[in-house]
Amino acid sequence: MRINTSRDGFLHPLASGITPQTVYEERRDLIKLMAGGVAGAAMASWASRVALAQGATTRPGKLAALAGAKSGVSGAVTMEKLTEYKDVTSYNNFYEFGTDKADPAQNAHTLVTSPWTVEVEGLVKKPARYTLEDLLKLSAQEERIYRLRCVEGWSMVIPWVGYSLRELIRKVEPLGNAKYVEFVSQADPKTMPFVGSRVLDWPYVEGLRLDEAMHPLTLLSFGMYGEVLPKQNGAPVRLVVPWKYGFKSGKSLVKIRFTEKQPATAWNKAAANEYGFYSNVNPEVDHPRWSQATERRIGEDGLFAKKRKTLMFNGYEAQVGQLYAGMDLKKLI
Amino acid sequence: MLAAQRARALMLHGAVKPVLFGMLLLPFFWLLYATLTNQLGANPAEALIRASGDWTLRALCLVLALTPLRVLTATPALGRLRRMSGLFVYFYAVLHLLSYSGFDMGFELADIAKDIAKRPFILVGFSAFVLLTLLAATSFNRAIRWLGGKRWQGLHRLVYVVSGLAMLHFFWMRAAKHNYAEVLVYAAILASLLGWRVIRFVKQRRSR
Repeated sequence: MRINTSRDGFLHPLASGITPQTVYEERRDLIKLMAGGVAGAAMASWASRVALAQGATTRPGKLAALAGAKSGVSGAVTMEKLTEYKDVTSYNNFYEFGTDKADPAQNAHTLVTSPWTVEVEGLVKKPARYTLEDLLKLSAQEERIYRLRCVEGWSMVIPWVGYSLRELIRKVEPLGNAKYVEFVSQADPKTMPFVGSRVLDWPYVEGLRLDEAMHPLTLLSFGMYGEVLPKQNGAPVRLVVPWKYGFKSGKSLVKIRFTEKQPATAWNKAAANEYGFYSNVNPEVDHPRWSQATERRIGEDGLFAKKRKTLMFNGYEAQVGQLYAGMDLKKLI
Repeated sequence: MLAAQRARALMLHGAVKPVLFGMLLLPFFWLLYATLTNQLGANPAEALIRASGDWTLRALCLVLALTPLRVLTATPALGRLRRMSGLFVYFYAVLHLLSYSGFDMGFELADIAKDIAKRPFILVGFSAFVLLTLLAATSFNRAIRWLGGKRWQGLHRLVYVVSGLAMLHFFWMRAAKHNYAEVLVYAAILASLLGWRVIRFVKQRRSR
């Protein structure tokens, strides 16, 4: 007798066993309706949790839809209140478009995201040049609700859409001597007005140790809030590493390179004493110029509310702590 | 020539002071309005801390520009505006310190004390504030009489030290992002205002 488990995927031997889409969608509507409070306050909170768990983030309706199924990766879906789309898209650090956090929302419209290719090169068996379309269908899109902690002391909760970077890494088969992965962002002075400014070396380069890059929480992201990424948030494809400070997650990626030596990363080159290669969120290691013990959750805490405590590894210690076993995290920042 | 005389006469008008007072309050009322109507963007606390700092620096530029303007345009009436403008520097500095202490530090005195000791740019900003407090506290007529004109003037030259500290505070804050464009603008303004005083001082000594 054949025993089907969830590992076999979504098997339906008989077409009649598949719920018709219209019925399926009605069920969703019902849940959403309940979330709206029709079924009473108690049921509404249950329903909104179900709606959230299903990846049914309300679409802002600004860009093309990009749906993701609920992620099964441990720690990938926080139940915290989402930051408003308006705030996530108007308060950005994306220095290619200016150093003020209001700049990217104003300037990023010039970025050309199609056609887009990502070169995967270096110490891999199968180097390749992927088009965005190839990448989009390389693995199933998932919705992941991550906390984002900026090194500047603020945080957000964002529903990203994408898949674990390791799906891509497995396809290209890293060689035995590949120890690091370097992520290179687009640097086109014609469409990115601040490329060439002396703030940083261009292109923006970030990097991870191979085991960090292979961690299931490390996300290759194409969208957020059920839609494709807005340009100011790193369209069309970016990295999201939720347990590290935000600047470790490169935006608008054009190159992923496997290396033996630790990559020279943008902020580390600009100020090595302030921004280490690892840059894991750590409330006990202060930035030389400010404390990292607390953070301000954007849009949520009132003006006079106390800032919230920052969590070790941004609250992902259970998932990623073992990556750093035996390392002195006070020294290797 | 007639136009210049008219301008000088206009500066003597009784309404000049109240009008300037109202203008210098405008940033405060705008910030209050923007806070209440939620127009300060995603991080209103940060916006308030920065805006109050910016306005402190702008008021400082204004107060330091009054004497060069008075001498260069031979308009003695401008001298009347110094005390009020100087107190506005202090007003915005107080707002700046309050926003930092409240929004960033939750009014935890122990945390603030630790922060001042730990972060050089906070220490520099706080020192500037302490000096400004000294100047504001001795800004009324009786303080001038009590200290004696010479000593009072010597004390109030501390405003030059304050402008140096304020620039260092601003420079350090922006150094993180290697973003010096605005810093250079303020530095150029303050340097020319202070430089003018140095040149005048040297010339006066030579002519003596």
